Amino acid sequence: MTTTTLPPTEKTRPKSAPPSVSDRARAERRLGWMLAGPAFVIMLLVTAYPILQAVYESLFSYRLTDPANRAFNGLGNYVVVLTDPIWWQSIGVTLLITVVTVAVELVLGFALAMVMAKALQSLRPILRAAILIPYAVITVVSAFAWQFAFDINTGFVNSWFAWLPGIAETTDWFGGWGTSILVICLAEIWKTTPFISLLLLAGLAQVPEVLQEAAKVDGASWWQRLWRVTVPNMKAAIMVALLFRTLDAFRVFDSIFIMTAGANGTESVSFLAYRQTIARLEIGLGSAVSVLLFVAVVIIAFGFIKGFRVDLSQARGDK
Amino acid sequence: MASIEMKNIVKQYGDGFPAVNDVSLDIADGEFMILVGPSGCGKSTLLRMIVGLEDITSGDMVIGGTRVNDKAPRDRNLSMVFQNYALYPHMSVFENIAFPLRLSKTPDDEVRKRVTEAADVLELKEHLERKPANLSGGQRQRVAMGRAIVRHAEAFLFDEPLSNLDAKLRGQMRTEISRLQRRLGITTVYVTHDQTEAMTLGDRVCVLRKGVIQQVASPRELYEQPVNLFVAGFIGSPPMNFLPATLDGRTLTTPFGDIELDEERAAAVAGRDLLLVGIRPEHFEDASLVDEAKRPHGTTFRAQVDVTEWLGDQQFAYIPYDAPEQIQAQLRDLSRELDSEALRTQAVIGIDSTSRIREGREAEFWMDSRKAHVFDPKTGENLTRDAEAGARLTREAEEDRQEQVEEARAHGGGISGPEGAEVA
Repeated sequence: MTTTTLPPTEKTRPKSAPPSVSDRARAERRLGWMLAGPAFVIMLLVTAYPILQAVYESLFSYRLTDPANRAFNGLGNYVVVLTDPIWWQSIGVTLLITVVTVAVELVLGFALAMVMAKALQSLRPILRAAILIPYAVITVVSAFAWQFAFDINTGFVNSWFAWLPGIAETTDWFGGWGTSILVICLAEIWKTTPFISLLLLAGLAQVPEVLQEAAKVDGASWWQRLWRVTVPNMKAAIMVALLFRTLDAFRVFDSIFIMTAGANGTESVSFLAYRQTIARLEIGLGSAVSVLLFVAVVIIAFGFIKGFRVDLSQARGDK
Repeated sequence: MASIEMKNIVKQYGDGFPAVNDVSLDIADGEFMILVGPSGCGKSTLLRMIVGLEDITSGDMVIGGTRVNDKAPRDRNLSMVFQNYALYPHMSVFENIAFPLRLSKTPDDEVRKRVTEAADVLELKEHLERKPANLSGGQRQRVAMGRAIVRHAEAFLFDEPLSNLDAKLRGQMRTEISRLQRRLGITTVYVTHDQTEAMTLGDRVCVLRKGVIQQVASPRELYEQPVNLFVAGFIGSPPMNFLPATLDGRTLTTPFGDIELDEERAAAVAGRDLLLVGIRPEHFEDASLVDEAKRPHGTTFRAQVDVTEWLGDQQFAYIPYDAPEQIQAQLRDLSRELDSEALRTQAVIGIDSTSRIREGREAEFWMDSRKAHVFDPKTGENLTRDAEAGARLTREAEEDRQEQVEEARAHGGGISGPEGAEVA
C-alpha cells in the first residue's frame, strides 16, 4: 500500500490540566478487568507458572533419583544440549516432518475445502462429516491404527499393496529410518488435514462469489480464478492455517511415541524432552530441552506473524 | 461490437418457477437498451443469461451472429459492471483495470497504454496505485467501468451500477455513462429499477413484469403510449392517476367530471361499462391559470384538496376520491406489484408552482382530456393506445441516436488516442 499513515499523535493538552478520566471511562475500565480478570488469572496459573518453573529447573543439575545432589549449574544444561548431536538430529527430524506434513496438508486441505465448498447442498453435510472424522479421532488411537496397519506381523498394508514395487510381505516399515518417517508423516497428514481444510473452508467462504463472476466475465479460466482471485483473497486464512499447523507439527509426539518410540533416529524434539524428563528423570536437562522447544515455537510464531504479516484478528484479504 | 438477439428465452428454476418467460428481444449494434421493472421481474436474470453467469433453460441467445448458449462467460467477450462493483480487493486500481488484459496476456506496454487511456477518460489518474478499499463509492464505480471499457468487448452489461451511490453522485454518473456510451458507440444493456435512469439513458427501454416483456419502446413512447396499466403505472413519477369511469355513449363519467371522447377513441372503448381513465399529473392544472384558448380542450371540476407539496419549480396537490371496491382492489394490486403501497385512492395533480391553491380548501381544476388514456380494468390493456404515434416516437428516437453516434465519431470519439481509434 502506498498511502502513508502517520502514527496517531497525542492530542496536546495544556500541561497544567490534570489527566482527566471521566467516571464513565473508569467504570468501563473496571468492568473490563472484571470480565477478563478471571481468565487472565487462570492463564497465569496454568501457562505462565509451568513455563517459569521449567525455566527455573533448567538451570539446575537435577536428577529425580538423586535429589540430594541437586546443584545450580547456570546454563550448563543448555551447553550440554546444544553441543550434543542427538539434539540436532531431533531438530532435523522435527523440521523434516513439519515441512513435509504441512506442505502436503496445505495442498490436500485446500482441495478438500474446495470440494466441501462446492459440493451439492444435499451431499455437503455427509461430506463434511466424512472429511472431519479423522480429526475427531484421538491422536494416540490414530497412531495405533496406523501402526497396526503397517506392522510386519499384524498389518494388512503389506498384503494389500504387495503389487506395488518396493512393497512385499516382508517389508518392515518400522525397521528403518525412511519408512518409519514416511508412516509417521502419513498418519499425521491423515489426522490433521481436516483441521487445515476446515480453516481454509472458512477462508474460502470469505471470498465473495461476485468476484468469481467478475473474473469469469473478465475472461479468467478456472485455474486463473483460483490463483489470481481466490488464493490472494484468502491469504490471511491460509497463513493462519499454516501457522497453527506448523506450531502443531513442530511438537509432534504421539505418533512417534506409539510407532517407533524414537527408534531408528526418528526422535523429535518433543520426544527428546519426554525421554530426558520422564524416562531418564533428568529434570534439569529435560527442562532445558523443553525450554528450547518453547523458544523454537515462539520463533516460528513470530516469524510467521512478522515475516508474512499474518494478522490473526484480520481475516479479510484486503491488505 | 455486436448485436444481441434473444429468441424465446426461458429461465426456469429448479422448482419450475419461470424467472424469465419467453423473452424475445433484439438489441441493435451500438444500441443502449434498458431492462427495467420492479424487483423480481427477471431483469437481472436476463442480463446474467446474456453474459453467461446463468444457464438458459430454452431459447437462443445470439451475440454478433453466433449462438452463445453453451459458451462460458470468458468466451463471450462481454464486459460487465456489477451492482457492488466486484473490484478485486487485493489489487491496485491499475491492476483492477488491467486484469482482463493481463488474463489475455497482453504485452506490458500495451496494458499500460490502454489502462492509462481508460483512467484518463474516467479521471482516475491520481488513484491508480491505490487499493479499492481506500476509494469512495463513486471512484469504485469508475474503476469498475474502467475494467469494462479497457477491453475491446462486444458489449457492455450494467447490473444496477448506480444503486449504491447517493442521489447526487448517481445523477452525475448517469450522465457520464451516457456520454461514454455515445462516445464508444458500443452495444449496452443496462438493468435498473430506477425509472429516471431508464428514461434518461436508454435508446429503447424494455419493461418486464414477472419475467414477461410488457413493452419495448423508446422512453417517449413508453410515457405517451403505454400498452397497458402496468407500463403506464410504472413509467412516470409521480405515477399516472387512474380514475374509475363509467361509459355512456361518448361520455366518460369520472369522479372529476365528465370527459368527452372523440369518435375514434369512443369506438375503441365501446361496449364496456366500467373503465379506468389514466391521466398524468402534468395534464391537470389550476383552472384559474389555464389559457382561455386551451380551456375548451379539457374539463374543469371542483374538488377538495387534501395535501399540497410545493417543490419550487412545481407543485402537487393530492385529491382523494372514491372508487368502486373492484377498482380499488385492482389499483392496490397494481401498486403492490410496482413496489409501492397505495394507502388510499387519490389523484396526484400537478399545478403551477405559483398557484395559490392551498390544503383543505376547495378549488377548481382543469383536466386535459385529450391526453387521457382509457384502460380495461380487467385485462389492463390500453384501449386508446395510438400505435402509429408510438412507433413514430420510437423511430424519431432511433434517428436521433444515429445522428448522435455519427457526431460522436466525427469528433474523434473513442478512448484510443491518436494511434488509432480501435475502440470506437
